[in-house]
Amino acid sequence: MSTTLQPSPLTGERPNYLNADYGWKSWLFTTDHKRIALLYLFSITAFFFVGGAFAVAMRVNLLFPDGLFEHDTYNKLFTMHGIIMVFFFLVPSIPATLGNFLIPPMIGARDLAFPRINLLSWYIYIAGGAFALTAVVRGGVDTGWTFYAPFSTTYSNTHVLLAATGVFISGFSSILTGLNFIVTIHKMRAPGMTWMRLPLFVWGHYATSIIQVLGTPVIAITLVLLGLERIMHAGIFDPTLGGDPVLFQHLFWFYSHPAVYIMILPGMAVISEIVACYSRKRVFGYGFVAFSSVAIAVLSFVVWGHHLFVSGMSMYASMVFSFMSFLVAVPSAIKVFNWTATMYRGSVSWDTPMLYAFGFIGLFTIGGLTGLFLATLAIDVHVTDTYFVIAHFHYVMVGGMVMAYMGGLHFWFPKITGRLYPEGWAKFAALVIFVGFNLTFFPQFILGYLGMPRRYATYPQEFHTLNVMSTAGASILGVGYLIPMIYLAWAWMKGPRSPQNPWEAKGLEWEQSPTPPPTFNFDKPPIVREEAYNYSGEEKEVWLD
Amino acid sequence: MTNAETVPAAHSHLVRHHFDDSAQQLESSTLGMWVFLLTEMMFFGGMFGGYTVYRNMYPDAFASTSRYMNLTIGAINTAVLITSSLTMVLAVRSAQLGRKRALIAFLVLTLLLGCVFLSLKYVEYHEKWVDHHVPGPSFHYADARYAHQAQILFFLYFAMTGMHALHMIVGAGLLTTLIVMAARNRFTAEWYTPVDMIGLYWHFVDIVWIFLFPLLYLIGHTS
Repeated sequence: MSTTLQPSPLTGERPNYLNADYGWKSWLFTTDHKRIALLYLFSITAFFFVGGAFAVAMRVNLLFPDGLFEHDTYNKLFTMHGIIMVFFFLVPSIPATLGNFLIPPMIGARDLAFPRINLLSWYIYIAGGAFALTAVVRGGVDTGWTFYAPFSTTYSNTHVLLAATGVFISGFSSILTGLNFIVTIHKMRAPGMTWMRLPLFVWGHYATSIIQVLGTPVIAITLVLLGLERIMHAGIFDPTLGGDPVLFQHLFWFYSHPAVYIMILPGMAVISEIVACYSRKRVFGYGFVAFSSVAIAVLSFVVWGHHLFVSGMSMYASMVFSFMSFLVAVPSAIKVFNWTATMYRGSVSWDTPMLYAFGFIGLFTIGGLTGLFLATLAIDVHVTDTYFVIAHFHYVMVGGMVMAYMGGLHFWFPKITGRLYPEGWAKFAALVIFVGFNLTFFPQFILGYLGMPRRYATYPQEFHTLNVMSTAGASILGVGYLIPMIYLAWAWMKGPRSPQNPWEAKGLEWEQSPTPPPTFNFDKPPIVREEAYNYSGEEKEVWLD
Repeated sequence: MTNAETVPAAHSHLVRHHFDDSAQQLESSTLGMWVFLLTEMMFFGGMFGGYTVYRNMYPDAFASTSRYMNLTIGAINTAVLITSSLTMVLAVRSAQLGRKRALIAFLVLTLLLGCVFLSLKYVEYHEKWVDHHVPGPSFHYADARYAHQAQILFFLYFAMTGMHALHMIVGAGLLTTLIVMAARNRFTAEWYTPVDMIGLYWHFVDIVWIFLFPLLYLIGHTS
């Protein structure tokens, strides 16, 4: 394929992946990882707002102690919120967009190892999403995103099969993305890009991919069994027929607990890049941060039992799972300490991505530490299925992952679009999101500790004030997410053009790839001659194959 | 990894644009296939996990149902599948040596053996159907003590062997594609990656059966 390096006659821009070709076919049949990343970006944003709309409806319902909607409707609201946010936003969020866009240029490759499989993964995602949305339109599902049996297999009269099929299908998109990343990172690195020189973004995605590849097939087969059981009623998860509903919970959480690490590791990966760039320092303890990602991936597979402490699992198993869950705190804390140490004596600047990184570190720490409460057997019995759990995982998923996602979108916005975003608006939105988030979810810790159960449409009068606070916060948070939508869309069209490396960041994607990148990412084959994050500009070590 | 001088323009038509050379391309395909097989292992692993749980929970019901497994057909099918793995390996070897006729012959043989397996499976399922051993509303089990438990065990039997059979059907489709490609001279001694990859898949499906056969048919078999 010939890539001419003359400016485009129409726009005067140098050729890049955006102006290489026009028309809907050039997008829907593309195999360029950057265009596929944008396809994912737009589709997951759409799902984010659908899932968000359900959350808004829930918060409106909870403004009133007696609720506003029918209780059945409320059950459907939280179920659809969970299914869409978990499977159609959080799991693909950073890997399928930023990861897809950035991993090849970061390691010096022209594309992912399997470009057509990459495109296929997007179509699979859309097909899964179509099933889930059909379930929504035809009346919704009320089982909770966890699909617990035997309610989901026997008693629920809603569209469980449609929704489960959607989740089942979209799982393969996740598997294919993970498979593609693993092979790409192993086999496509540029000369000089050794494992210990990989950006931590890539390490984080490598760890994520391991979980995607090993965990997702298990939920796939679990949903197959669930579907068969719903059709045949053989009783495999039904205690009245001799089946074991706890087996379903084991199988479900064997994937779904590791999956929450799919929903945080890529966030950590983004934060490592941002913290290094805006502290102008090499990440402190690079090796520890890199291997802590892998350690989290490995440990993630031996902690699922902490979701079953009150489900009748044996005390011995509970103690083992409790201990294992505590162990996850170690690699997580290593990351937080190392980011903090990176900032120590660095030249820290307060640009928008760094604001999100600050938000991430603080909120993830709260989310992580409250996770230790839940790993403690006695406390878990008290707060199981209360708003304490809701607050805990929203601090990690929204306070952590979504903060990182927003930070990453801003950090790489010039790379993706070739334009700069308005810094003032961006800082303002980051602040609104931070305030809105805390006002939404901090009261929920208190509510949960006081005993308000999750998934109920009504609550006693004594919880009213805190619920009103939470709903007020949710409104602010919602506005906070709309503002970036507007100014980022504006900046993409009209923003000032970005130089190749506006943040003077390190990394192949900034230093050796034009902005926005050409279709094959580099004008000449990249060579790596130094460690990652060499912000101090120390003597470069020459290393070549 | 090769040096930086390799540019896309220097590629032969068999190396796709984003790879440096055919070695990198082959290594990537092979690793990708192995990772895919790993996901398949986890996929079947979920069912093997469920099997283990119920086998330990209901050992007596298990012994009771095992007498309805058709040991003869199971054994014949095991032999058929192992033979098909042999013919698959010979197909890969023929591709390696660039022997087109032998390649096609061995692929066809593998496909035929796969069809024999599926046909025998059909006979076996039909037996279960006639005996009301298919889980669902019409399920009936002679021994009233195990009426419910037996249904779960047959459910597992159908889920596991059914998923395996589904993989066989996909494999048969893949083999057919390979035969067409081979007939159109798409493979050379230098490039036969699809034969290699689908060979790995076929062996994997074979190995799943090697576990299913003893677990479902042999262990605790009482006649």
